[in-house]
Amino acid sequence: MKKNLKYNLTWLAIMVVGYILIDVLELVGVIDQFAETTLVLIGINIILATGLNLIIGFSGQFSLGHAGFMAIGAYTSALITQAIPNGGGMVLGLIAGMALSALVALVVGIPTLRLNGDYLAIATMGVAEIIRIIMNNLKITNGPAGLYNIPQLANWSVVYLFVCLTTILIVNFIHSRDGRAVMSVREDEIAAESMGVNITKWKVIAFVLGAATAAIGGALHASYIQTIAPNDFGIMESINILIIVVMGGIGSITGTYVAAIVLGLLDMVLQNFGTLRMVLYSLALILIMVFKPSGLLGTWEFSVRRIFTKFKAKGDA
Amino acid sequence: MHTVLQQLVNGLSLGSIYALLALGYTMVYGIIKLINFAHGDIYMLGAFWGYYVINQWHFSFWPALISAMIFCALAGVIIEYLAYRPLRNSPRIAALITAIGVSFLLENGMSYLFSSNVRSFPQAIAVKQYHLGSVTISNIQLLILVVSIVLMILLQLIIKETKMGKAMRAVSVDADAAQLIGINIDRTISFTFALGSALAGAAGVLIGLYYNSIDPLMGMTPGIKAFVAAVLGGIGLIPGAALGGFVIGLIETAVQALGFSAFKDAVVYAVLILILLVRPAGILGKNVKEKV
Repeated sequence: MKKNLKYNLTWLAIMVVGYILIDVLELVGVIDQFAETTLVLIGINIILATGLNLIIGFSGQFSLGHAGFMAIGAYTSALITQAIPNGGGMVLGLIAGMALSALVALVVGIPTLRLNGDYLAIATMGVAEIIRIIMNNLKITNGPAGLYNIPQLANWSVVYLFVCLTTILIVNFIHSRDGRAVMSVREDEIAAESMGVNITKWKVIAFVLGAATAAIGGALHASYIQTIAPNDFGIMESINILIIVVMGGIGSITGTYVAAIVLGLLDMVLQNFGTLRMVLYSLALILIMVFKPSGLLGTWEFSVRRIFTKFKAKGDA
Repeated sequence: MHTVLQQLVNGLSLGSIYALLALGYTMVYGIIKLINFAHGDIYMLGAFWGYYVINQWHFSFWPALISAMIFCALAGVIIEYLAYRPLRNSPRIAALITAIGVSFLLENGMSYLFSSNVRSFPQAIAVKQYHLGSVTISNIQLLILVVSIVLMILLQLIIKETKMGKAMRAVSVDADAAQLIGINIDRTISFTFALGSALAGAAGVLIGLYYNSIDPLMGMTPGIKAFVAAVLGGIGLIPGAALGGFVIGLIETAVQALGFSAFKDAVVYAVLILILLVRPAGILGKNVKEKV
């Protein structure tokens, strides 16, 4: 505990400084309403993409259904906050959304995670589409029109807080004994199994954890944007999150941050180009993949510990 | 009884379009293990090409169909050369993302150049209805069925009887071994893309004629469903893709006829998941034992 105290404190300081920095920039007027929306959307994308990175990058299971779990979180919390429009409702909505999403992921995951590679991708995509079509036809979700007038209980500080919380949760999970078990499944299922790792169990745990974070992202999205419709959670949304993960580097949380920020800013800058925006966006995507197939950062992670050791080594020498 | 037969006819003509698309997916997957997400957009290109040549150059149906096939074959080869070939030895997920990027590029490029409005496809063939007993079948439905079946037989002949077909089968079994015995892998893969894209182009013109409306995003949903069809039949297998296409077409029309048209896509996916769980290799696929 004590040996990690220094690193943990540094991380805490980084988080607080980040918060204050954005706060000051907003006070000074550098960040206007439009930029703040971009920031919040980047934050939500980070939450979603770190969860997906846990599934794809660390447990090696290719899921194309992240938007389905996001939809469950968004709808559950939207319905609850509409009934209880205060902070308590928000917390309740988040918890209920996460629980429901995790439950669905568990039910879906146990049979489908036996499949591998592309088959799993297609099965999860099918699950997400089924979720979307059900939302499209239920009365309580108001069909294709979706829900609107959702109370805006999430502002950027709430989103910032949850970005920090989910990242801490996932990074700590990865670095724990459990996380090593999950990664051993990614490296070689047969070898992991012969070492006594219950591969189905760890795949399902990673999947459920990823789905729960997707629900957080969905709930914040619903609360910030204030309207949701089933078509927001189609396959394109799953693919958008997947693009962030792959572009940043599969298996790098730092990469996910960088890619989410780069793509968010790219989207903001290209806003003025109208239809051409998506053309440029797709070209950028192809070019990055052709010239840097392992993503922007590969599996590189930013580490406070490494920086400290480096300084120490210099001091000693 | 007659509604059942009528729905069977409708299902088969829709299914044959899915089958044509699924063949392209399955061939590409069989040879380079890539889910070619842009395949549905090649089909859209085919439909737009047909629209253009019939309206501007006053082509009749057959020249339009054949020129669309040639155009799409070229487009497929160029896409493979520029976007997929550089990624052949990188992780498969990177190639997949590139395919998604190509798909976005085609959709948005076409929206940018030609606006995203829905256009009505010119009626190159006058619609006639034939009544066989109580079942109505239009000449366009018949045309779709006949053209797709002829194309499927041709494809089967190319793959089974020609030297190039033999090369394709060899590369899909073991690319390295195929290279060792003197097969030009690049050319074989290009040829596969050309074949698959030509079929997609034909499907595009046929669907334009059938549904009478085209738009730049028309390839997305049929593309995904055709992929589902390919997986359902057993991915990598030519007869599997054809069978899967017909099965998906029939399920979709059946669900629609029963009055659950809002859930038709959900049922397709549910069937897919069930099949994957029971027979992960697809209906016609063989289960391959994992070896250490």
